[in-house]
Amino acid sequence: MKEMQPKTTQETLLAVDRLSVEFATRRGTVRALENVSFDLKAGEIVGIVGESGSGKSVLAFATMGILDRAGKITSGRILFDNIDLLQIKRSQLRQKRGKELSMIFQNPRAALNPIRKIGRQIEDVLQAHANLPPKQRRERVLELLSLVRISDPSRRYNAYPYELSGGMCQRVTIALALACSPRLAIADEPTTGLDVTTQAAVMDLIVDLAAQTHMATLLITHDLELAAQYCDRLVVMHAGHIVETAKTSDLFQHPRHPYTAKLIAATPDPEKDLAHLIPIPGNLPDLRGELPFCRFRDRCDRASSQCDTVPLERKLVGNNHQVACHNHF
Amino acid sequence: MTISIRQTRYILQENTLTLVAFLMFLSLIFLAIFGNAIAPYDPLETNSAIALSPPSLQHWFGTDQLGRDILSRAIVATRLDLGIAIAAVFLSFFIGSILGVLAGYWGGWIDNIVGRAIDTIMAFPLFVLAMGIVAALGNTVENIIYATAIINLPLYARVIRSEVLIIKKAGYIEAAKLSGNGDWRIMARYLFPNALPVMMVHISLNMGWAILNAAGLSFIGLGVRPPTPEWGIMVAEGATYIISGEWWLAMFPGLSLMFAVFCFNLLGDGLRDSFDPRKKT
Amino acid sequence: MNNILEVNNLKKFFPTQNRVFNGFGKKPPSHLLHAVDNVSFSLASGESLGLVGESGCGKSTLVRLITRLIDPTEGEIWFAGENIARIPAQKAARHGMRSQIQLVFQDPHDSLNPRFTAFDSIAEPLKRLGNISQSDRLQNRVEELADRVGLSQTLLTRFPHQISGGQKARVGIARAIALNPKLLILDEPTSALDVSVQAIILRLLADLRETLGMSYLFVSHDLNVVRLLCDRVVVMYLGKIVEMGNTNALFRQPLHPYTKALIAAIPHPNSRHSAVNLKGEPRSPIDPDPHVCRFYGRCFKEAKQCHQTMPLLQSKESDRFVACHFPEI
Repeated sequence: MKEMQPKTTQETLLAVDRLSVEFATRRGTVRALENVSFDLKAGEIVGIVGESGSGKSVLAFATMGILDRAGKITSGRILFDNIDLLQIKRSQLRQKRGKELSMIFQNPRAALNPIRKIGRQIEDVLQAHANLPPKQRRERVLELLSLVRISDPSRRYNAYPYELSGGMCQRVTIALALACSPRLAIADEPTTGLDVTTQAAVMDLIVDLAAQTHMATLLITHDLELAAQYCDRLVVMHAGHIVETAKTSDLFQHPRHPYTAKLIAATPDPEKDLAHLIPIPGNLPDLRGELPFCRFRDRCDRASSQCDTVPLERKLVGNNHQVACHNHF
Repeated sequence: MTISIRQTRYILQENTLTLVAFLMFLSLIFLAIFGNAIAPYDPLETNSAIALSPPSLQHWFGTDQLGRDILSRAIVATRLDLGIAIAAVFLSFFIGSILGVLAGYWGGWIDNIVGRAIDTIMAFPLFVLAMGIVAALGNTVENIIYATAIINLPLYARVIRSEVLIIKKAGYIEAAKLSGNGDWRIMARYLFPNALPVMMVHISLNMGWAILNAAGLSFIGLGVRPPTPEWGIMVAEGATYIISGEWWLAMFPGLSLMFAVFCFNLLGDGLRDSFDPRKKT
Repeated sequence: MNNILEVNNLKKFFPTQNRVFNGFGKKPPSHLLHAVDNVSFSLASGESLGLVGESGCGKSTLVRLITRLIDPTEGEIWFAGENIARIPAQKAARHGMRSQIQLVFQDPHDSLNPRFTAFDSIAEPLKRLGNISQSDRLQNRVEELADRVGLSQTLLTRFPHQISGGQKARVGIARAIALNPKLLILDEPTSALDVSVQAIILRLLADLRETLGMSYLFVSHDLNVVRLLCDRVVVMYLGKIVEMGNTNALFRQPLHPYTKALIAAIPHPNSRHSAVNLKGEPRSPIDPDPHVCRFYGRCFKEAKQCHQTMPLLQSKESDRFVACHFPEI
């Protein structure tokens, strides 16, 4: 699969370039990501959407350098500020992580230490990455807690995670992630498991903070509607491939890849009734062993003989709109 | 529910350590069943002429102070030692499972009574408790089994209880109720089988421990009595000769003991996998 | 209209104890968690009723009360002319209603016994409640059910870990409809599924309701999904019903501020910010003040009245009920 060289402009903060990741399992090698490229500019919010098993979390973990031991990056570069994160030393990466790159996890309760006061946990991060005298550290923690809209920060400083609701815990992990004013935050399904009203509040918060601090945000989600509301651009993944990237409005008005179109058609929204909710046939292919050039081939109704014989290339089909399909709309 | 042969074979292929343990286990079973037939000499036949002779081609493991062949005695002892351990572990597993499932599922006063009873047993140093039981009930094989079973009971009851506490929160337990299953059926068909994989590790580790326990009781003179061939007695009898240089008397029964304990300790993980349908391909 | 289910003044309080040591010989003070507090509604024969609310609002408890898995503290549950609230949960397994009220669980994986094949799981209610013991009749019925829910018969011999999430959901549905229940309760049946599968399952559920003539009680936090399947919606907040009415009317013009917030929380493409107008944290459900509106503190309206008298569920128009002193604001 040939890819276009991502354009590295001044503004580009993160550029993932032809990244491939494999997982060695007992029953063969899973090709979890293949030739994945996208970029992210400072202050931009990009959503990575796809079904479970599409590789979106693997992509996030690989970018953060926290892939499971079984996962191996077989090729590609991850350029953060024009430095390849795959080439620098572990200690350097650790320095960047938490300070310049940070992550908001799916399960806030699991991401917090249950037996340490939340204020202390945020202080720990500051201690590790920011040069602040202890007194100012506490001030900064209180500042962060009010930043994430936790009422009565000086009282909550002494709270343990179990004393807080799920939404509150997620606010704390956001405060943790933002403690050192990172330039890039990766939010991996940050609102899964939260109530709808809480989900809206948490997402509002993330987006507001990103705008305030000019932070680039990568939102990883299975919820197309949610991504549509909050993201500037969307990256659609299917079975370890990026099938389409476009500005959010373009993607929804004119989806070019058959999978994107089907995904939109399958997502319930207020204007659709049940008859207009179209399921996507088939399942994700098994990522072990031989795979066709296009991994959507077996689920696609636009497939032609070309799909079996010609490797996919990513085509520019509009303003910043890329699609990897021979028979795109 | 059942362990299919295919699955067992798959697990053995996956894990060489389990395969080794499994082969060791098979050889132990073989010796326990056919030990009397394949032992080269009568384990009880004394011959003072060849007493305390070191290992040789005629007597691979040497002979003891009465001239009995140590190899034959060690082989024949397998059945008794293994038998005691299996019977004791089965007994404590059986009773412990029932108590643990009841306590975990019902909670309340049943849980309190079972919990207190277990705490009472645990309050004693376990080996001393076993000594006391055998001393009080009399020196018989059955009493060694009972004593070993009683001191192992808390382990099974506790492990099963804590597993049941986790499993009973699963959705499929509610689903079972809605499918019309009564409490007893839920315990027998849903809770117990799902706690089994974890129990298998404990059973296996516990087998090794039970063998040591039985041998230990015999070693200090409680339980099996001479001249019955039994690893613990043999080690005890041989121990007095170590200083004078006749090391083989204690060494070979001791190694047999070690072999058996080692085998069961290794077997645990493999057994768990073979009882867990999620590991099936 | 003929009601299949009528719930009258149903209450379920769970005792919670403060287990922290507070002196010798003193019994810790006992508190009551008001999970379901004086709830009344009815479900017409053949109707599909949605039950909406956030986690902790008591919807799961209500489901467990109606399926008679737990005993109510007070109140009546009339099902097919009988007050089934009187049957102790212990004895419900042998009562006739058990086969008539069935439940599809939220997590398709967690609700299947890992030691049972798909066949075993579906056959379980037939064996226990359907009195089908001959193996050939059982086989026929299970295969018929598998066909009905679109589960390939070759999958019947598989264990839960060997089939996909969508297939597990089908097994769960087949099990629930095995005895042709009159009332099928769906507890967030699609929340654990990917959108592509969700659409299939929703359509399947709509078809089944039509062909088998069941009534649905559809529990969900996803309003987009509730709209698709339900004729009427009940909105719960902290153990109480705050609004109830025809689905379309309720969505078009929500009367209660909480319902408004729920609808505002539905993501809309490119709006960049949700319109949710909630503040603070939910009130505690433990020993709540019977005179204060449960929504007080989160609601933008903080009138004296809200703090002094609990608003009752009152009829606004025909078939439209709301519990608020200031509806339609």
